[in-house]
Amino acid sequence: MDKSASGDKRVTEGGSITPVEAVVTPFRKESILLDAMRRDRGGQSLLGLLLLAAILVPLLNLVVPESSILHLSTYSVTLFGKYLCYALLAISVDLVWGYCGILSLGHTAFFSLGGYAIGMYLMRQIGTRGVYGDPILPDFMVFLNWKELPWFWHGMNLFPVAALMVVLVPGLLALVFGWLAFRSRVTGVYLSIMTQALTFALMLAFFRNEMGFGGNNGLTDFKELLGYDLQKPGMRVVLFLMTALFLALGYLGCRYIVASRFGRVVQAIRDAEGRARFIGYKVESYKLWIWVFSAMLAGIAGALYVPQIGIINPGEFAPINSIEVVIWVAVGGRGTLYGAVVGAVLVNYAKTYLTGALPEVWLYALGALFVFATLFLPQGVVGLMKRRGAKS
Amino acid sequence: MLKIRAGRHCGPEFAECLSLKRRIGSKPVMSILKPLLAALIGVTLTLASAAQAEDSPAPAAATADNNAAETPAEAPKDFAGLLAKLPDADYSEKRDLLEAMIALHHPNTRAVLTALLEEHLYSRDADSKIFIADEQADGLHLSDPLTMAPAGTVASDDGLTKIGTNNSLRKYLRGAVARFKLDDPSRKVRLDAVHEMLRDADDATIALLRERLGVEKDSGVRKEIEAGLALADLDSPDADTRLAAAQSLSGTLDGDAYNRLKTMITPAADGSYPETDARVRLAATTAVDHIQHWRSFYGAIETLFFGLSLGSVLVLAAIGLAITFGVMGVINMAHGELIMIGAYTAYVMQQLMPNHLAASILLSIPAAFVVSALVGIAIERSVVRFLYGRPLETLLATFGVSLILQQTVRSIFSPLNRSVASPDFLSGTLVINDALSITYNRLYIVLFTLIVFVILQLILKRTPLGLKVRAVSQNRAMARAMGIRSEWVDAITFGLGSGIAGVAGVALSQLTNVGPNLGQGYIIDSFMVVVFGGVGNLWGTLIGGMSLGVANKLLEPEVGAVTAKIIMLIFIILFIQRRKQGLFPQKGRAAEGH
Amino acid sequence: MSATAATSGPIGLRIKPTGKRGSTNTPNPDLSHNIILYVEGITKSFDGFKALNDLSLYIETGELRCIIGPNGAGKTTMMDVITGKTRPDTGSVWFGQNIDLLGLTEPEIAQAGIGRKFQKPTVFGEHTVFENLELAMASDKSVWKVLFAKLTAAQRDRIHEVLGIIGLSEHLNAAAGALSHGQKQWLEIGMLMMQDPLVLLVDEPVAGMTPQETERTAELLISLEGKHSVVVVEHDMNFVRSIARKVTVLHEGHVLAEGSMDEVQNNPQVKTVYLGE
Repeated sequence: MDKSASGDKRVTEGGSITPVEAVVTPFRKESILLDAMRRDRGGQSLLGLLLLAAILVPLLNLVVPESSILHLSTYSVTLFGKYLCYALLAISVDLVWGYCGILSLGHTAFFSLGGYAIGMYLMRQIGTRGVYGDPILPDFMVFLNWKELPWFWHGMNLFPVAALMVVLVPGLLALVFGWLAFRSRVTGVYLSIMTQALTFALMLAFFRNEMGFGGNNGLTDFKELLGYDLQKPGMRVVLFLMTALFLALGYLGCRYIVASRFGRVVQAIRDAEGRARFIGYKVESYKLWIWVFSAMLAGIAGALYVPQIGIINPGEFAPINSIEVVIWVAVGGRGTLYGAVVGAVLVNYAKTYLTGALPEVWLYALGALFVFATLFLPQGVVGLMKRRGAKS
Repeated sequence: MLKIRAGRHCGPEFAECLSLKRRIGSKPVMSILKPLLAALIGVTLTLASAAQAEDSPAPAAATADNNAAETPAEAPKDFAGLLAKLPDADYSEKRDLLEAMIALHHPNTRAVLTALLEEHLYSRDADSKIFIADEQADGLHLSDPLTMAPAGTVASDDGLTKIGTNNSLRKYLRGAVARFKLDDPSRKVRLDAVHEMLRDADDATIALLRERLGVEKDSGVRKEIEAGLALADLDSPDADTRLAAAQSLSGTLDGDAYNRLKTMITPAADGSYPETDARVRLAATTAVDHIQHWRSFYGAIETLFFGLSLGSVLVLAAIGLAITFGVMGVINMAHGELIMIGAYTAYVMQQLMPNHLAASILLSIPAAFVVSALVGIAIERSVVRFLYGRPLETLLATFGVSLILQQTVRSIFSPLNRSVASPDFLSGTLVINDALSITYNRLYIVLFTLIVFVILQLILKRTPLGLKVRAVSQNRAMARAMGIRSEWVDAITFGLGSGIAGVAGVALSQLTNVGPNLGQGYIIDSFMVVVFGGVGNLWGTLIGGMSLGVANKLLEPEVGAVTAKIIMLIFIILFIQRRKQGLFPQKGRAAEGH
Repeated sequence: MSATAATSGPIGLRIKPTGKRGSTNTPNPDLSHNIILYVEGITKSFDGFKALNDLSLYIETGELRCIIGPNGAGKTTMMDVITGKTRPDTGSVWFGQNIDLLGLTEPEIAQAGIGRKFQKPTVFGEHTVFENLELAMASDKSVWKVLFAKLTAAQRDRIHEVLGIIGLSEHLNAAAGALSHGQKQWLEIGMLMMQDPLVLLVDEPVAGMTPQETERTAELLISLEGKHSVVVVEHDMNFVRSIARKVTVLHEGHVLAEGSMDEVQNNPQVKTVYLGE
């Protein structure tokens, strides 16, 4: 226990007597996180596995020769990177759904906006290497006979600007939407359907060429990121490592939030919104804050996803994608954070396998998973494992 | 030319006309009206032609007998004789013969003229007999123009010679046939004739129409003729005539008239107007404004109607959801797939009975209701009932069901779109006036929606089932305590909502292609409509859907279809923030509570 | 040590009721006329049914007031109006001389110093008993402060103190949802105490309690009197008699009678509409 006088000033401000005992401050700020992580077995395993992957993946891909059976193909590296992006997206959904009870059916809107932001940067990096060789205008604009860069494309050739947009644009959208929705106390299913309408509207909008985001085809044919060739195997490994790092940071950030008193308030709102209001919490602010944070996290996931996949198009906004994310979380186990990661990786691995081996079966499997998970796995896979562990 | 000829023959026409009256009147098959009418027309025609024949060599009224004497001596006076002369006559002689024939007012004249115009009039080489030939698959069906009796069938036109026509003769024939049509007792035939004549009007047809105007009783036909004549009068050298024409045209909606008037008042490059008279220009301007006003008025009605038909589609798609979601509170994401199943039912029915298009569609309605209702009940029994009170979980589980249903349909029917044919009574257009026409399928979908709505209201408000449904939706525990089997009511209610979705699918199959993704496109819209209208309120769904449809169609011409849709979505999102209970909130303390 | 601790009496009663609460922006009520709550001319109808009909009620500072009335008399609606859950059609509600409660939201009203216990006990079932009390604790409840908030030792002590008062010390780590009905009632009262409000609105505090629990609740509420203003809505007439100083009878959304329990009980009107049933 750390003792510092400043830590408790806040509480004493209102008092008419300045207490001498105020020096008794039990914890430092970051100890909330440390304390939480000490008790978070799932999180420990997750971080451990991420660290392991961060060591093994570069090793197996770059050092182990291709002839070896231990060699990890660049394709697999990209695939794993994709799973981790999805995992980060799933965490962002779990944060609002599992802890705050906001079932978002539109989180891929934020994911895609983050992706588009980085996609715009990557488009501007193509420069004269495009099909039309225009130094400023991306190919699709030349194709549409545009003469000038639209205003929102300016500055996107600078990485810091693009990186800012990755969090700013989804954050702003979430702020506006959330401010409107939470202030008027739209909750539950209504909110879910509205999030779905939001991403649906965005999808329709991005399909239009006039929007200036490449319409149907979206943004693609990226060449390099920060001067490094995206096609090089080494670059794929770097992107994978970045994703793993952001996933770990995202996880820790979310873990801190849910372990803090803020997290307890948010869960209290989830369970008894009215009660939380009557003990003096501005429910709208809490929801808005966690909602915006979650949207930013989803935006980051999208920004990590696009350079690895090499394309972003309006199809990413499709409402079904958002609902799929929810099912990852449900399958993994909502309200645990690491469960979301487990779910995202499991379901997407199954998807990769099934769409390759038995494409007809995939939708059946996914559909059955929705039904099965909601009916029989309310706690998800990790809940099942926990129960197992408790029994034995 | 024509005028002169008309003048020359006005005498015998008049004479024959009177005799015709007796002759036709004696025929029992004729109605009493037709000869009377014919006589009237005959009289007026004659008078009118006489009046126009000012430049004819002889004073018309006084010289009936003389004129008859002037006609070539060899000209036969009976129908058969005139007919017999046709094959050998040259074109100008043919014309004279035809004129004489018309003057006789033989009942078969029209048939002969029509046949000649359509090149179906033949003479048999062997005996020079004249036949009207009807070309059929098995050859030419001949009939005798004198009696209209069938005269056998020949395999080909060997031994027959077609009686030829040339351009000017055909033009004459068209006018003559049109005149017959103008006398037709059927209003529709007369209207068509007027339209046809106005399409390429010349002096002769104008004259004809003027005559007709004097006797026409039907206001619709009169209006058409007047409009046509006024349009022709715009070319008159006389400024007063043009003025009157421009004034009378202000009541029309016709596009030609509008364009014609518009050119009159559009200044040329040098600032001069095509129309020289200022009064006429003023009248034309007024008329143009007037027409513009009415055309935009009817345009607005048309937009409104388009909006209502789109709204009907929305309401149809949403109204089943209004029951499952609105009344029961179940979020059924598979609702769209139940619509799709209904549409596929229509497709299957049509495959089963390919030769009875109309019947298959009509039978599809109950069939789709049953199929979708059964699927819905199966969903309710197997999934939804375990999740009552957990709306978010229900949402996810039913979404899973929707994926399974989609894939099932894809496996059974292939992923390709199928088209369901429309029966005749659903295709075509109802023309109300020049500016407004309505396609039948849109009209029927509006009617169909209203019928479905009324039936649903009756079920919910007037039947014991409806009473139980409402009781369970308001207070499940109390309803159970009163002895209502709430489980059974749940299943039936869900089935009802699902069945209605199926019925909506049948209607949609008439508007769009049927594919596995059909339903997906409607699910968001449906939820929007229900939420917008106010959950638990069927009227809200109806009015909400209709107003969204109309608003969408009003926006579409301004911003395009996609943007209109986006604007509607954003509007609803914002609307729900303002009034989360929708347009028509459920009232009461319970509603206030949450 | 914290402000709460510094100003707390035996069970957390503030020494100066006008003391600044937490660090919220809500002003403190002006209690110069010794009336803490003015409810004046409130009418509220639901779908034509007048739940409250020109209701006027004044609660004195430090008073313990019982409100009785048959079902549908408007007791809960009145609490809804005071706490901002329901907006009345007409009338005004003032907190002290200076705070118009009708212009505030529920959390603002709570922050201003009005606490409420619901008829049906509502606690945060997934949280432990300790956490429930922690969440209710009077403190700065803005997002950023809460995100980095840490329990001080004083606050911890205070929670333990309240735990002791409500008899849940042994259950501090139990999930609140797992408590018995009576325990939940007590926990909710404990949360109310943690909030440290000026006015406590208590809706049916002893419903579902054993006689012993009821007795303890009565003691607790009486001990709050004086430092807090307490408004109790209750059906249990014995309980009301055991705690009441002043009783208000509501009938059809209107005050029918007001006075001591004996006065009220002997009021002929009250007899016919309520006690006579």
